[in-house]
Amino acid sequence: MAHLTPTPVLEPGQDRTMILNMGPQHPSTHGVLRVLLEIDGETVVRIMPDIGFLHTGIEKTCEAKFYQQVVPLTDRIDYLCPMTNNLCYVLAVEKLLGLEIPAKAQWMRVLMNELTRINSHLVWLGTHAMDIGALTVFLYCFREREEILKMFEAISGQRMMTSYFRIGGLALEPPLGFFERVREFAGRFPEKVDEYENLLTGNPIWMMRTKGVARMTAEDAIALGASGPTLRGSGVDIDLRRDMPYSGYENFKFKVPVAQEGDVFARYMCRVAELRESNKIVQQALDGMPEGPIKANAPGVVLPDREKMKTQMEALIYHFKIITEGFAVPAGEVYQAVESPRGEMGYYIVSDGTAKPYRVHMRAACLANLQTLPKMCEGGLIADVVAAIGSIDIVLGEIDR
Amino acid sequence: MTIAPAITDVEQLKGHPAVARLLAWNPAVVTGVKFDRDEMTIYIDRANIREACALLRDDAECVFNFLSDITCVDWYPAEPRFEVIYHLLSIPKKERVRLKVRLDSASPAVESLCSVWAGANYFEREIFDLFGIRFTGHPYLRRLLMPEDWEGHPLRKDYPVEGYR
Repeated sequence: MAHLTPTPVLEPGQDRTMILNMGPQHPSTHGVLRVLLEIDGETVVRIMPDIGFLHTGIEKTCEAKFYQQVVPLTDRIDYLCPMTNNLCYVLAVEKLLGLEIPAKAQWMRVLMNELTRINSHLVWLGTHAMDIGALTVFLYCFREREEILKMFEAISGQRMMTSYFRIGGLALEPPLGFFERVREFAGRFPEKVDEYENLLTGNPIWMMRTKGVARMTAEDAIALGASGPTLRGSGVDIDLRRDMPYSGYENFKFKVPVAQEGDVFARYMCRVAELRESNKIVQQALDGMPEGPIKANAPGVVLPDREKMKTQMEALIYHFKIITEGFAVPAGEVYQAVESPRGEMGYYIVSDGTAKPYRVHMRAACLANLQTLPKMCEGGLIADVVAAIGSIDIVLGEIDR
Repeated sequence: MTIAPAITDVEQLKGHPAVARLLAWNPAVVTGVKFDRDEMTIYIDRANIREACALLRDDAECVFNFLSDITCVDWYPAEPRFEVIYHLLSIPKKERVRLKVRLDSASPAVESLCSVWAGANYFEREIFDLFGIRFTGHPYLRRLLMPEDWEGHPLRKDYPVEGYR
């Protein structure tokens, strides 16, 4: 929130430009992003994003919570992909603890993560198209998203703030009929993607609004710390799921869509292709889902089953101890990164050997991606700023934390 | 739940390309190393962090060309109080390394990385905002998340969780 009083950019004799304030309540800023634009007619001379309106101090709050109490907080950072945040956090703590996770829990995590990616990309596609003026796509996307949210509700009890992953495994067994429901969805989802593409990909208005707009080279994207589809749209072939696999992603076969042009259309194509690839991963996860426990065998860390608590003395003691005093995590530090729908989401956790984390830092993909906005927009038209913001796929909850 | 003990001996970790490159350039720069939970940490002398990063970015062996993250940890009341932590990623080699700089509470300042990676801008502003670390040579070092007239640095350990009321 540094630009409450923007430095005057008008200098004597230079009265061609004006300052335009966009947001924080502008509908195409996806939340509460404020952008200061210096414009010369229709041309953007300078652009300054202003963030911090959604800052809640989650990193500070984490330091006052037990390790297991941080999981619900992680949902609230990037509210469009709660499971990805849950996963990144629990992976980091599991690495600190040295826990082995059973295969079924890992596969379930992959399955839920890819559904989350589809969910997040659908919101992106709908809102991005709506920003540019294609209103119908929004309704189509939210039709499928609603089904995914209902699946989330079935499995975790919550539509958005799922908190489904736990340190050491999963919260609950998936309900009866869940896999059939997902399989049925995954079976017809490719046709739905065709529908979206029919509305947009060959559409001359869409092409004019996106092709060659808000270009960024690969060098700029790397220097500015961009990641995810924002980076792959500029021709850099990296995907952490494939290149530095976690949670059993090495068992899955999928393509990493890369586009060379570096414009809004390239980023759009990457994400739409990712929708199809994620759907393939969902199907592979359903086909190969192993049997077995969903929680690691670590009595002091993982909450015991409800049934055991009622019949076994130790289970009740462990339950009481975990709830009241948490569990100590060996001192050390880890940085765990996962490929979120927006890019590299990383958790850096420092433990001092107690039951509360000494420091939790979230590497927000959107924060770095937002820095590319000036590179994309300066020199372009003011109407393209909206297209550029949409193509970065920002979530302000993650940027401001 | 067995974790191998951390290795902190420079001699044993000489083989790591980033350590080898930095030692070959200037042995005084590396003030310590740690290999723990499969993650490599190199402690760098605070005066040389910018050159060290530029070296690792351009070196053909390591190519740590991507700055993943910069963050900070406050070890109050211990001295040196602050640790600024840089996470670098090598996109061609798919490897990570963590660089650390220790800063005392009397002069918490370190050179900015903005000239090496333009993307360091927001990360450094966030640390300036929440920890009060100064980054010399930063083009626009102002608060990023907190309001401009805010007093104090909320992520410091001597700042209460519930704030001042």
